[in-house]
Amino acid sequence: MSWRILLLPAVVLLCAEKAAAPVLVPEVSQHDIRVEQGFTGADLLLYGAILTPEGQPIADDYDIVVVVEGPPHAVVVREKRKVAGIWINAASNSFRSAPGFYAVASSRPLTQIVDPRTAAIYELGLDWLQLSPIGSIDPARQARFARGLVDHMQRMGLYHEDPGAVTISHQVLYQARIALPSSVPIGDYTAETFAVRGGRVLASGMTRIRVDKQGFARLIADRAEHAGLAYGLCAVALSIAMGWIAGRLFARV
Amino acid sequence: MYLPIANLAVNGFVIIGLGALTGVLSGMFGVGGGFLTTPLMIFYGVPPTVAAASAASQVTGASVSGALAHARRGGIDYQIGGVLVVGGVIGTGLGALLFRLLQAMGQIDTAINLLYVILLGSIGSLMAVESLGAVRARRTGRPVSARRRRHHPLVASLPLRWRFYRSGLYISPLAPLLLGMATGILTMLMGIGGGFILVPAMLYILGMGANVVVGTSLFQILFVTMATTMMHALTTRAVDLVLASLLLVGSVLGAQLGAVMAQKAKPDVLRLVLALIVLGVAVRMGLGLGWRPDEIYTVISQ
Repeated sequence: MSWRILLLPAVVLLCAEKAAAPVLVPEVSQHDIRVEQGFTGADLLLYGAILTPEGQPIADDYDIVVVVEGPPHAVVVREKRKVAGIWINAASNSFRSAPGFYAVASSRPLTQIVDPRTAAIYELGLDWLQLSPIGSIDPARQARFARGLVDHMQRMGLYHEDPGAVTISHQVLYQARIALPSSVPIGDYTAETFAVRGGRVLASGMTRIRVDKQGFARLIADRAEHAGLAYGLCAVALSIAMGWIAGRLFARV
Repeated sequence: MYLPIANLAVNGFVIIGLGALTGVLSGMFGVGGGFLTTPLMIFYGVPPTVAAASAASQVTGASVSGALAHARRGGIDYQIGGVLVVGGVIGTGLGALLFRLLQAMGQIDTAINLLYVILLGSIGSLMAVESLGAVRARRTGRPVSARRRRHHPLVASLPLRWRFYRSGLYISPLAPLLLGMATGILTMLMGIGGGFILVPAMLYILGMGANVVVGTSLFQILFVTMATTMMHALTTRAVDLVLASLLLVGSVLGAQLGAVMAQKAKPDVLRLVLALIVLGVAVRMGLGLGWRPDEIYTVISQ
């Protein structure tokens, strides 16, 4: 009898531990984004459910943060300064891994959801991107160029933060919309969802999205990259043919 | 419309309209119109390299029918044209090297802008002064004193002289070769045909006859823009066939419209209008260099 009594606190503790680690099932409306001739951007719907291991809704309030991140690239950021009356690129800094696309949606502003430490660990928010700068070791300079990079990408519509874009219904289902502009880079994307309470990440889940050129757009891009000679000849032939045909057509009239 | 090389969706009609605008210019004035297409496309959001590379093939299309028409009339000096083309092809090669060098230094955009300001500004003001004088002369009825046709003394000092019968010249082939090279470099860097530089240079520096200048310039532009398209296809890989096709559709149609309009207008007024357009582009670009840009930071992927 006594061993059962002894075991009870352990069981309770275990349950409490499990209750603190809910299950998150993320899903995305499109796993394959086809960049075709008519592509003008895509609207991603990210949705899912969050439950206790027993399949019950979580009793306490929590927040959801959804991060969609595109393939990383090495980039050079250049800074313009006024030299002799004109604005020219005067300084530059390289970054080894800037994501080609980064969007974060949350149920409340990020600063109210997570503390800086958690934000830095999970890269939640544009201020916490890990860009791996190379070259300069001056942190102020690095921060300036990192801000410049983020600012430029925001203007291009490739980075954005959208607090309040996640809606949670009945404490179980969440959904968020993230728009991809037509200029999104091609490659493998990850969509990560975090359930956060009290500044701590309770659960997370990840899905993958692939953005790829298809059909005619793919053919053109592929030829341009791998068969430059034939592609160039094709462009020349096309322009001569069109100019010649137009000349003939209108000469008759 | 999605542009597969520029990685961007654009409104196809805007691009066709842009092509048509430059087509009208080329039909009216006999210029390729690249000096207007490239900056407007960049302004629309097309990456500068893609804009310059694709504009080159548009200029090819725009100059085909013009070159053919001049060929039928015998308005092409193939001998000097050939030398110009050889120079132009060498120039595109040099231009490609220069392009890469400037790109690595991060100064390509500034260099292109400066070139536009200097070239368009000087040519535009020369044309404006000259055509204003012509308009005034016509109004007052006073004849303009004809400029004596003579090549520049510098040209005469070059060694090795050839006879160019069709142009009536006995000059060194190095002069047209260097001129061709200069326009080849500009074509590669700026996506322009270079007609608005070639024509005055042929008239005033080489001293060619006016009857063969336009045809020979079109002949050179045709081949040099073809070489430029090939050079871009092989090095920068920035020729966007979809973009080029849209521009071509617009420009070949616009060129016919422009040709009709040119027949109705007075030539000196036309030249003045062209001068003002050229000056306008130069001023706009010059201001762009001096104003504080919206974006201090730019990002280039490696």
